[in-house]
Amino acid sequence: MTWLSSHWSDVFSLARDHVYLAGLPLVIGLLLALPLGWAANRSRTAYPVIITTTGLLYTIPSLAMFVLLPGILGLQILDPRNVVVAMTIYTVALLARTVADGLSSVPAEVLQAATGMGLRGTRRFVTVELPLAVPVISAGLRVAAMSNVSIVSVASLIGVSQLGDLLTDGFNRVIQGELVTGIVACMVLALVFDTVIVVGTRLLTPWRSTQVAPA
Amino acid sequence: MIRFHGVTKTYAGGTTAVDDLTLTAPTGQITVLVGPSGCGKTTSLRMVNRLIEPTSGTITLDDRDTASLKASELRRGMGYVIQHAGLFPHRTVLDNIGTVPRLLGWKRAAIRERGMELLELVGLGPELAGRYPAQLSGGQQQRVGVARALAADPPVMLMDEPFSAVDPIVREQLQDEFLRLQGELGKTILFVTHDIDEAIKLGDQVAVFRVGGRLAQVSDPAYLLAHPADDFVADFVGKDRGYRSLQFQAAPRLTLHPERTALLGERPDSGRDPWVLVLDDADAPLGWVDTTLLAGPITREDLHRGGTVATVSGSLRAALDAALSSPSRRGVIVDDSGAFTGTVRAHEVLTIIEHTERPPLEEEAVT
Repeated sequence: MTWLSSHWSDVFSLARDHVYLAGLPLVIGLLLALPLGWAANRSRTAYPVIITTTGLLYTIPSLAMFVLLPGILGLQILDPRNVVVAMTIYTVALLARTVADGLSSVPAEVLQAATGMGLRGTRRFVTVELPLAVPVISAGLRVAAMSNVSIVSVASLIGVSQLGDLLTDGFNRVIQGELVTGIVACMVLALVFDTVIVVGTRLLTPWRSTQVAPA
Repeated sequence: MIRFHGVTKTYAGGTTAVDDLTLTAPTGQITVLVGPSGCGKTTSLRMVNRLIEPTSGTITLDDRDTASLKASELRRGMGYVIQHAGLFPHRTVLDNIGTVPRLLGWKRAAIRERGMELLELVGLGPELAGRYPAQLSGGQQQRVGVARALAADPPVMLMDEPFSAVDPIVREQLQDEFLRLQGELGKTILFVTHDIDEAIKLGDQVAVFRVGGRLAQVSDPAYLLAHPADDFVADFVGKDRGYRSLQFQAAPRLTLHPERTALLGERPDSGRDPWVLVLDDADAPLGWVDTTLLAGPITREDLHRGGTVATVSGSLRAALDAALSSPSRRGVIVDDSGAFTGTVRAHEVLTIIEHTERPPLEEEAVT
């Protein structure tokens, strides 16, 4: 507690970087996963190709990704955009499958009725399929948020600072208060992300919180 | 008017779902497509709004080839009701009903007004407008499904087993109200069901399909029951078709007999015949009582409620059933306002049946 009280503003600024490096990729990753999931859900041949490929991306160790990306993207090794791209790749890896499964969870008779009333293509996707896939996509998004908050701390090893710095520094200099602060701060941040997603989902799906009337 | 001209649907694997179908669904009438599963009735229906495209043949709507119209515009001009209603779970009842008007670009106020009007038309209270489908019972959902299909007042309705997924009592209510609604609206309706009783009850015209997508017989229900075209149709129509065909025969020539009646609270003597018919203040029959079992004035608990009631303008089937189900063996007949007019015995109804002509065999029976 004594360590934290004297480093409060440092922790706050590292937390802000952490939110940016874990949160922005979550948004970009979701936007990229939507068309991928849509394509995977549309055809039986595309599904295994897209889902396996994106799934494999998640198995690339984060340290390797952080070291390799600057060369591939042509950026300075300290550029935080490397981390944003890496975290976006992990997000897409997790969400492409979620989006595809969310879209396939839409009841067949709802789609049939929609088409039968003259709703088709993009309009059907935006007004019927996507809103009904929100609960499943949201569940996947919560997992991706946890994963991002956790993985991004590794970026301290390549010199992009965020809450992970407290862990590497605390370990190197054997400062227990700093280590504990780093761990707790990551957990609090993960909880904040989770709460935002849960509340957002509630607002988007008022139809789910309703009671089923007796017949 | 919807016309199928030699319509065939063959799938890639070589299965024929519909085989050379030629059929006319007349304007303002209910045409029921009925048959066992796999007979092509639903495929035929979905070819009308082009959810499925025919392999060959044409379908015309008021003499216009549907293939020449834009699919989405064709669909917006046809109400479509399916099993389980297929309501949008994320939209309120009112928004569900407004789906097609919104697609057609109606003003918000007009969509709302139309929605409330339809809720009332299908027998739902205005308090349901803001509910989500999951908050409704199966029967209510199905009513919303019908309201949604009617929203833009399309001249044509396509109904694919709309009442199959609800329990029998609700189904019967929905069928009765559907007939009442159709009496007011006069839509051209194609109705798919696997239930021959439903087909006979609802259809102005019934088209029986056999497995393999071939049409076995098309005719009005009375004719279908009296003259099944072949063994398949006879078998499908069922064993009690003789009895059921009575529902299409009005019973105007019944001679009614007076009956000893009583009111609740009275204490009639046990006469030669123990059964007395109890009426309410408006002369509507409440039930029979066995006077030999009466311990005091008649109470509601004493009433025998097993007997059915037939109306004077009803069918021979209803009159016969009233007699057969009555504990006194005398069938209760009421007038159209529900007031008791007299009783009839089963043998009297049977005598009339014996003197009633069956629908004559047509020269050109469709096979």
